[in-house]
Amino acid sequence: MSSIEAPAPMQADALAGADAEELARRRQKRFEKIGRWALPLLIMVTAIWLWDRICVWNEIPHFILPRPGVVLATLVEDSALLFSSLWVTLKITFLSLLLAVAGGVGLSVLFTQSKWVEMSFFPFAVILQVTPIVAIFPLINIYVENQTAKLLLCAWIVAFFPILSNTTLGLNSVDRNLLDLFKLNGATRWQTLWHLRLPAAMPYFLGGLKIAGGLALIGAVVAEFVAGSAGQSSGLASRIIEAGYRLNAPRLFAALILISFTGILIFLALSWLSNRILRRWHESALSQEH
Amino acid sequence: MSAAPSIEADTGDAQLVLRGVGKAFGDVVALRDVDLTIDQGDFLSLLGPSGCGKSTALRLIAGLSAPSAGRLEWFGPPMGKTDVGFVFQEPTLMPWATVFDNVWLPLRLQGVGREAARDRVAAVLEQVNLTGFEDAVPRELSGGMKMRTSIARALVTRPRVLLMDEPFAALDEITRNQLNNDLLALWEKERFTVIFVTHSVFESVYLASRIVVMAAKPGRVFDQMVVDAPYPRSEAFRTSEGYSHLTRSASTMLRAAMGLDAVEDGHVVD
Repeated sequence: MSSIEAPAPMQADALAGADAEELARRRQKRFEKIGRWALPLLIMVTAIWLWDRICVWNEIPHFILPRPGVVLATLVEDSALLFSSLWVTLKITFLSLLLAVAGGVGLSVLFTQSKWVEMSFFPFAVILQVTPIVAIFPLINIYVENQTAKLLLCAWIVAFFPILSNTTLGLNSVDRNLLDLFKLNGATRWQTLWHLRLPAAMPYFLGGLKIAGGLALIGAVVAEFVAGSAGQSSGLASRIIEAGYRLNAPRLFAALILISFTGILIFLALSWLSNRILRRWHESALSQEH
Repeated sequence: MSAAPSIEADTGDAQLVLRGVGKAFGDVVALRDVDLTIDQGDFLSLLGPSGCGKSTALRLIAGLSAPSAGRLEWFGPPMGKTDVGFVFQEPTLMPWATVFDNVWLPLRLQGVGREAARDRVAAVLEQVNLTGFEDAVPRELSGGMKMRTSIARALVTRPRVLLMDEPFAALDEITRNQLNNDLLALWEKERFTVIFVTHSVFESVYLASRIVVMAAKPGRVFDQMVVDAPYPRSEAFRTSEGYSHLTRSASTMLRAAMGLDAVEDGHVVD
C-alpha cells in the first residue's frame, strides 16, 4: 500500500509546478498588466513630443499652434481665470446630472407603474432626445429668463435620456419567478418596487449614469457655447470662444485640456461608484477581480 | 367548502381537492379535467414528460394563475398568504441580497422587522444546514447551497403546503440525493403537505407517498400509484429490491402515459 502511495505526492508536486503553458500564460498576464497603462502613456508622450517637434521644425507661430510647454505655462499662469470658469461649468454639469437622475429615475418608475403612462409619454422623451440641443436652444433662450436655468435645462435634456431608457429597461428586466414569489407573498406594488425592481434595475441605472455624466458635461459646454456667443456666460466654453476671438491659442488649448480632464474624471468617478455598488453581486463588476 | 355532504365524506382529511380543473392559454390546452385529492401531510409527486401541464397545475394550486375551468377547494383553516411555500426550478434568489435577507424576504413582506425575524431565520437556516452563511451573497454559494437557501425561504413562514417545481433538476446527482434526504427529514419532522413536480421516476419513488402520473397533449392526469414503502427512507432504500420494483411500476406507468410500450429495463426516455 505505502509503496504505491509514496510516489503520489511527488507526482502531484511535479504537476502542481508550472509547466511551459502555465509559464507562458503568466508571462502574458504580466505583460498585459504593465502594457495596460504603459502603452497609452508611451503613445501620449510620443505624440506630445512630436507635437513639440512639429512646432519647432516648421516654425509655427504660437498663436496658431502653441508648443506643449507654452500650453502648460498658460494653464499655470491663467489658472485663476480658468479654474473659476471650470467651477462655473462644473456646477452646471453636476446640477444637471442630479436633475437628470431625479427626472430619469422618477419618470422610469412612473413608466413601470403603468403601461399606459409609458405608452403615452415615452415617444416624447425620444423626440426630446433626438432633436439636436443646439437647435432647441434659441427657443429656450427666448422663453427662459434666468441664465443658469437656461444652461441647466439644456444640459438636463441631453443627460436625462440615457438614465430614463436604461432605468426603464432595468425595472422591466426583473426575474419573472421573483415577481411570482412577490405576488405569492402578497407584496404591495410599493414593496415590489422597493425590494425588487429598484435593486434589479441598479446595474442598468449605473450604466446609464456613466453615459449621462459625460453627456451632462457636453450639454453644459454646448449650452454655454450657444449662450456665450451672446456674451452672457462665464464658463469654460466662453473662455474658449473668447480665446478664439483673440487668437489666444495657448489659452484655448489649456481650456480644452481642462474640459477633457474633467470628462475623464467624471467617467472614472462614476465607474468607481458603479463598481463599488455592484462588486459583490453583478457580473459586470466581477471581471475586474479575477 | 360548499360541497355536497356526500363529497365531504368522500374527501376525509383532504386538504385540497381539484375538481375538473382545466387551463388553456389561447388555443393551447395546457390542462384538462384534472380531478385530484391531496391529503393533509401528503408527499405527492406529479410525474410526467415535459408539456404535460404539471408546472401549470402547480401554479394553479399556488394561486399564481386562475383555472379556465373547474375549481380548487381548500379544506381546513382558510389559506393565508404565508400558508403556501413555493420552490422554483431555479434558486430564484435576489443576487444583491445576502442569504439572510433572501430568507427574511417573505417575513419582511408581512411587515416583520430584521430583529424580529432573526430567530426564525436562524432556525430555518439551521434546518437546511446553512448556519454560518447568513452574510454570503448567492454568487458565493454552490448550486446546492443556493437551492437550500431557496427552500429555507419557502419554509420560513411555516407554510402548510410546500410546492416544488422540479427543484433539483439542475443539480448534480450527488447533491440532488443529499437534498432529497434532507427534504425528507424536514418533511417527516414538520409534516407539511408537499406537492413535488418532477420528471424523474427515481426521485418520485424515493420521495413521494403517492405518485400522480400525467400525460401530455392535452395535459391531464393519467394514473396514480401509492408508493408502498415506509418512512423514514434512507440511502439503503435506494438499493433495495422494493425500490427497484416500485421504480419499474412507475416507469411502466409513465411510458404508458407517453404512449410508449412498456419495456423491461425500467429506463425512461426523457
